[in-house]
Amino acid sequence: MEKTNINENRRFDLGRDFRYRIFSVLMKWETVLILILTAVVITNSFLSPYFLDPVNLLDTTFNFSEKAIIALLMAFVIIAGDIDISVASIVALSSVFMGMASAAGADAPTLVVIGLLSGLAMGSLNGYLITKFKIPSIAVTLGTMSLFRGIAYAILGDQAYTKYPEGFDFFGQGYIGDSPIPFELVLMAVLALGAGYILHRTSFGRQTYAIGCNLQAARFSGVPVDRIRFQIFAVTGLFCGLASVLLTSRILSTRPNIGTGLEFEVITIVILGGIAITGGEGTMIGVILSTFVLGFLKFGMSLLNVPGRVMNILTGALLIFAILVPMALKGLRNSVEMKAQKKL
Amino acid sequence: MKDFLKKREVTLVGLIALLFLAVSLRSPAFASLGNLTDILNDTALLIMVGLAQYLVILTGGIDLSVASIMGLSGMCAALVNKLDPTMPIPLVVLIALGAGLAMGAFNGTLVGLAGISSIIATLGTISIYRGAIFLMSGGEWISAHEMTEGFRMIPDAKFLGVSAIIWYMVLVVLLFAWFMNLTRTGREIYALGGNKTAAKYVGIKDKKVNFLVFSLSGLVSGFAGLLYVARYAAAQNDTASGFELATVAACVIGGVSIAGGSGTVMGVVLGAIFLGIINNALTVINLSPFFQMAIQGFVILAAIVANTIMAQRSERLALARRVL
Repeated sequence: MEKTNINENRRFDLGRDFRYRIFSVLMKWETVLILILTAVVITNSFLSPYFLDPVNLLDTTFNFSEKAIIALLMAFVIIAGDIDISVASIVALSSVFMGMASAAGADAPTLVVIGLLSGLAMGSLNGYLITKFKIPSIAVTLGTMSLFRGIAYAILGDQAYTKYPEGFDFFGQGYIGDSPIPFELVLMAVLALGAGYILHRTSFGRQTYAIGCNLQAARFSGVPVDRIRFQIFAVTGLFCGLASVLLTSRILSTRPNIGTGLEFEVITIVILGGIAITGGEGTMIGVILSTFVLGFLKFGMSLLNVPGRVMNILTGALLIFAILVPMALKGLRNSVEMKAQKKL
Repeated sequence: MKDFLKKREVTLVGLIALLFLAVSLRSPAFASLGNLTDILNDTALLIMVGLAQYLVILTGGIDLSVASIMGLSGMCAALVNKLDPTMPIPLVVLIALGAGLAMGAFNGTLVGLAGISSIIATLGTISIYRGAIFLMSGGEWISAHEMTEGFRMIPDAKFLGVSAIIWYMVLVVLLFAWFMNLTRTGREIYALGGNKTAAKYVGIKDKKVNFLVFSLSGLVSGFAGLLYVARYAAAQNDTASGFELATVAACVIGGVSIAGGSGTVMGVVLGAIFLGIINNALTVINLSPFFQMAIQGFVILAAIVANTIMAQRSERLALARRVL
């Protein structure tokens, strides 16, 4: 109750209290992530001599660039208070469409266009069903998750597409010029900058937060809620299509089970990045930091020959931990704030 | 509202009858008694776990970890049976139940007591439970010859000519019908899903109810996991993977609102049977089993859209009546 009684003046004083300011920077989730990232890098470089090799580190980004690209948009989805669990299935079905086109003799640029467009179409279907019929996003994407992957299975069965045209392997395997910098990493960085700009510097981003904080209030304030949610889901589909192009080009094979479990890893990245599952909170920097935390953690563990299933236990625990800790921190911050108030 | 709910189940029975007729016209073998028993045998697990899922969805949450709980408790039971074949079967059943309950209670602690959203908590516990199966089994399968006869007979033993798995299913359905309709806690679950704030104001302890529904969901899933492993005579890492989707589908088709607060035991049972018939029909009319997932996805979406349109229409009707 006391918290709501602070007037502007005292807020100002509170901000100038040096100890409180240090505390509130320390209590930021991004700071915690930087600390965790540092700890992961230091521990890993002690455990394995191969970890701190620039070429190795750059090459390991291949393993998480595609997930990171989807996570950029998943951040928008979750900030707007929604969720999209169909992303892995969109990746799979886009890949199947590219495989079909490739079997029909399409060249590399056409394949990219097909991948992107099919992703966009599936994302738009999600957005349409969610906004047109006012169905919770979890229900719709649960259905399309099974529908899209089901179509992939219906088309491919136990077969696989493994023939892709010359030059298609560049997107997922290529490097920039002669440098050891992967094309995927550069693409991810550019998209991350763009996503960060849109989320934090444009009215579209602010409206996304507004929807996630309070959908009704946003609607009454004139935010085109349905249009923005539709656009977010459509672009999420587009980015899944892009991720599908990269993934397919990297492994040059399409099976209907491609990317299984990807939605879980993407959501883990976003939640660990400090985006509140209840919507309206979080930053793009957090998402990018958590991409690297998880990516380097997995890289370190794979150097130590930890089996994938065991890594999953750790990721699952980390996901739960990532929610519990900010909740505890918030409680702590509130109580410190109260104490600081009392002192004034 | 009551008429509307009643209508929902009637519609579903009509749909099932229609589907039934269409498939048996195409291939008469479908309607044979043997095949019908097969359908019921195959659907029994979906009905049980579907009811567990229904409990959680009623409160406005979702339990994505039911399939992994099935996998882990099935593995526990199979492992115990393999290591000590002399252990009495009731004890093995208790171990599976205990494992399921413990996992459910862990979910319940995260969701109910710590207040984590159910989808995230159970997404996290999926990988923990699946990982635990790997750690316990070392990635190995436990196959039929490593299980005792008694273990494999848990779901298959016949009583009055009907296999045990169906009796268990009937028992679970009756227990659920009693619990949801005739006990105070059951009604509290509905109240909480219908309007959380109002439920709190009338003194319903939401944390306790959330903890309870996840624990019960774990308990039922644990039992189903044992039956699954014994029935298919194999315990592996991916036991029952993807089953969580089928349970949600059964609920949604059965008219359970994903937003919580409405749905019936009978609806879930009919929804599961509807899915079971579709799956069985695919093999009977010689359609590739690879179509199963796509059809399931389509049916889920169609059911959700139908549910929403019907709910919106009844809301509008209620509003119009109030205006008059």
